[in-house]
Amino acid sequence: MKLALIGLVAGFMSALFGVGGGVVVVPLLILLVAYTPHVATATSLAAIGITALAGTITFAIAGEVDPAHALLVGLPAAAGATLGATLQQRVQARELSYLFAAFLVAIAVWLLV
Amino acid sequence: MTLALAVLLGFTAGIVAGMFGVGGGILFVPTLIALGLGQVEAQATSLAAILPTVAAGTWRQASYGNVRWKPALALGLASVAGVLGGAQLALSLPEDALRRLFAVFLIAVAVQVAWRARSR
Repeated sequence: MKLALIGLVAGFMSALFGVGGGVVVVPLLILLVAYTPHVATATSLAAIGITALAGTITFAIAGEVDPAHALLVGLPAAAGATLGATLQQRVQARELSYLFAAFLVAIAVWLLV
Repeated sequence: MTLALAVLLGFTAGIVAGMFGVGGGILFVPTLIALGLGQVEAQATSLAAILPTVAAGTWRQASYGNVRWKPALALGLASVAGVLGGAQLALSLPEDALRRLFAVFLIAVAVQVAWRARSR
């Protein structure tokens, strides 16, 4: 029941913003289902596979998916994510996270103006 | 040029996503907008770009034994109903309203990232 509710919210956010939904799923799995962060992240990833596939098909039917760009960005990103996950084990600087948060806000400002 | 830039931006987005534990999508959308796509097109294409990243990530995590498959399946299947609603809303909103909404979402994620760093 909790899982269905989390899935429903995650799917809505995912399709509305074009993201996987891990940002909502991971904290909710930790808070509501008492998963450890590692298990929550891994389980969220597997679930997002289904969510993103459903979203891709829905938007593809509406003619909004650009497959060439998806591959151009998605394939290098898959390689990059592996490297990033490895780096995460070594770099734990709090300042880096603040920098990233500031960077996200900067993108938001760029999109707003 | 655009080709090399797309590959470079995608790779960078992947590294950053992996490092900070956010999905690729939050960075794919602005990347695709920078490459000239419209807001809805960027979001839709981001979802397709997430697929290889998620496949690679899941495969890695499964090898560590971290994936709970049944709950993941339940979550994923329940999310399909949410996807249909979210897609309907995304397609019906004007592009600039959706862009502003996405910007607000980015700020919310930024707050979450900073909060997690603070409470660590």
